[in-house]
Amino acid sequence: MSNSEPVKATGLHVGEASPGVAKVDPILKASNVTRKFGGLTAVNVEHVEIPRGAITALIGPNGAGKTTFFNLLTGFDSPDTGTMEFNGKSLSGMRSHQIAKLGQVRTFQLTKALSLLTVLENMKLGATDQAGEKILGSLIPQIWRKQEAEIEKRAEELLRRFKLYEKKEDFAASLSGGQRKLLEMARALMTNPTLVMLDEPMAGVNPALTESLLEHVLDLKKEGMTVLFVEHDMHMVRHIADWVIVMAEGEIVAEGPPDQVMKEQAVIDAYLGSHQETDLGVVTGRIDIIDDGEKK
Amino acid sequence: MTQPVVEIKDLYAGYLPGVNILNGANLYANEGELIGIIGPNGAGKSTLLKSMFGMVKIREGSIELNGENIIGLKANKLVAKGVGFVPQNNNVFPSLTIEENLQMGLYQAPSRFDERLEFVVEIFSELGKRLKQRAGSLSGGERQMVAMARALMMEPKVLLLDEPSAGLSPVRQDEAFIRVSDINKAGVTVIMVEQNARRCLQISDRGYVLDQGVDAVTGSGRELMDDPKVVELYLGNLGA
Amino acid sequence: MDWIQILSNTVESILSPVTFAFVLASLGLAMHFGFAGLLNFGIAGFMAIGAYGYAISVLRFDLPWWGGMLVSIAAAIVFAILLGAPTLRLRGDYLAIVTIAAAEIARLLFLTNTFDDFTGSASGLFGYHDSFRAANPIPEGTYGFGPFTYSETDWWVRIFALAVLAVVIWLLWALSRSPWGRVIKGIREDEDAVRALGKNVFAYKMQALIIGGVFGAMGGVVYALPSAVNPTVYVTSLTFFIWTALLLGGAATVFGPVLGSIIFWVLQAFLTNVLPALAQEGGILESLTSQQASTLRFILVGIGLMLIVIYRPQGIAGDKRELTFVK
Repeated sequence: MSNSEPVKATGLHVGEASPGVAKVDPILKASNVTRKFGGLTAVNVEHVEIPRGAITALIGPNGAGKTTFFNLLTGFDSPDTGTMEFNGKSLSGMRSHQIAKLGQVRTFQLTKALSLLTVLENMKLGATDQAGEKILGSLIPQIWRKQEAEIEKRAEELLRRFKLYEKKEDFAASLSGGQRKLLEMARALMTNPTLVMLDEPMAGVNPALTESLLEHVLDLKKEGMTVLFVEHDMHMVRHIADWVIVMAEGEIVAEGPPDQVMKEQAVIDAYLGSHQETDLGVVTGRIDIIDDGEKK
Repeated sequence: MTQPVVEIKDLYAGYLPGVNILNGANLYANEGELIGIIGPNGAGKSTLLKSMFGMVKIREGSIELNGENIIGLKANKLVAKGVGFVPQNNNVFPSLTIEENLQMGLYQAPSRFDERLEFVVEIFSELGKRLKQRAGSLSGGERQMVAMARALMMEPKVLLLDEPSAGLSPVRQDEAFIRVSDINKAGVTVIMVEQNARRCLQISDRGYVLDQGVDAVTGSGRELMDDPKVVELYLGNLGA
Repeated sequence: MDWIQILSNTVESILSPVTFAFVLASLGLAMHFGFAGLLNFGIAGFMAIGAYGYAISVLRFDLPWWGGMLVSIAAAIVFAILLGAPTLRLRGDYLAIVTIAAAEIARLLFLTNTFDDFTGSASGLFGYHDSFRAANPIPEGTYGFGPFTYSETDWWVRIFALAVLAVVIWLLWALSRSPWGRVIKGIREDEDAVRALGKNVFAYKMQALIIGGVFGAMGGVVYALPSAVNPTVYVTSLTFFIWTALLLGGAATVFGPVLGSIIFWVLQAFLTNVLPALAQEGGILESLTSQQASTLRFILVGIGLMLIVIYRPQGIAGDKRELTFVK
């Protein structure tokens, strides 16, 4: 486990860092995107660009519209207005599976490891080019057996990397919560994506496992992929994010490198809180009590 | 030496037949203490908490409240005996107002409503201003508040909290932890399961690190935070 | 009580075309529900389409027997597309409601006087056997032993049905072990997860609906082959009998439906013979007429279905981990 700080990408933006700022090399662009549920405006993004090859964090309080925006970008929901572009290609009217085929893969907040399939089957499902998945192709084993063997090799390699190889024949249901997160990430990589979108990847994962998950996310960047993730864990954000986008009440309120954004007062008030660096034992006055020794 | 308020000895429990999540777990809480339970996923933290509220099948071991065995008691009896439970999810009634949610908390002793409401609103001042608001329109952090307030309505001696900071933004998490500390200072013994180990230990008097269904490490909150083994295995090096 | 006769009738039902038809229909339902998680409560409708498709093509359009079967298959495909197009993008319960309604609509259309020329309305259709019998390679005579003694016509029907059954079983088995089957299994559990991997979930569900529907239609054809097409057969209770047989055997397996259907029909044959006999002989069912005693079996089927769903939803052959209704 490397203890050195990851190398951050710089120079991602054009001009001053502010909400909606243009990027030097954007992989994803969205303009005038709105989504209303009844009377509530969940998302109202004037303009946003996601830089290619970097790790971008999308943060903000609950109800800020992060997951809704995520769903809009990945086709799991359609916007009321607006345009979205992925690698220059318009995403209007595209369904989630079509967008996934373009090279965008996403994970879910509530892990979707398919428990009734084995770990290996989960992985093989991620492959995008298996001819045997077509109905006619499936009936002629000669067509798909060879591909299946190649896919299996690739899957096993990834499983080894994510330390899940020993569990490859087990049903995914028998994996722990953290292992399922790893499986979902590994499976997503089987699709050979260019943009990996992670929805709260650290949710419910205990701190010790967080480090290895972070290493895996950093590896994605090393391999040339772009990462966009939603998170509440500020330490993760500060540690690996090259760029931070802050959403509140459906709008983008701040953008920039993590250190810069996390110092903005508005962001602190609405989201980070002023105790980020302080020990709550001090804030609540408990430390004195404990040192006293009288309490017990 | 007075008897602990809660004492769990050698507990074996689980949900599915033949599969134990807890494999001989031990825990005790003295009156007025704030106990934190941390540990990896699947360690049995939530299960330990739920077994104190009769929600898990107990296979072996004992759970005592003020010296009295409470295994097998139904939830309403436990509440009457002074145990309050705040679940992680689905913890408010969205179609009811905040006031009505609090009334639900005092279901067994409705005449004490005004008295208890005064106490609860002191800790949760924000709620006092919004009693008529529908709970369904509240954000996650606000619902957490209502759920905790509701559990406090019956004046519990022991409050069980299942991951009170889950899914909350950093500022709301800090608020939640400060609130828990305030509740504890008001005299309620608190047993809290948490994923945010760092914050949890910062306010805990004593903590337990649960791993594979047993209490692997225990000590004061500070001791655990400084213990290098605990840091390596459970807390992680980030944000130390 | 003539036990020899009762047992003889019961054993004979193992090789009855009705049993084979049942197996085919439950294999179709296995594809729908066991594999793809589609709630189809109108499998009787697919059987009706198959049976009527065959009979009408032969009687009214002078098609040879194999032409009639091709028409049945085509009609099943169209029916599946009509059912699936509006519902497969919605929640599963919508498909359930639509299939119940569609099956009833189909049956009533076959029953109504308006199309009497084609459907024979209440009298149904019969007398379409010549073409099929003409294709019989077995020389005239009686063959077999014990309760399995049949004429060459009866044997021809059974052999043909078994051939269809073999093809269908092979198809289901091959699909379940293929990458296509893997995608379907994933869809059954979580559609969004599969969509996020770039698969067109709607297309897969439609394919499963069509394939299962065709199996069901072939069940209808086999049912009608030796006898007649009667609208009173294809009622909702038939659908629930097939569900019972499917769940009894194991919905998510290939041999489960076969096992379940055979057990189901053997049990039915046994009860149909035993219950009236018990009523006549005196004893437990003395107060019932033999008619009433016979219908007692429907009550028993209902109870059996409830017990299976509650206590053993994975059926005899199923794996508990794969199929439970309580998530």
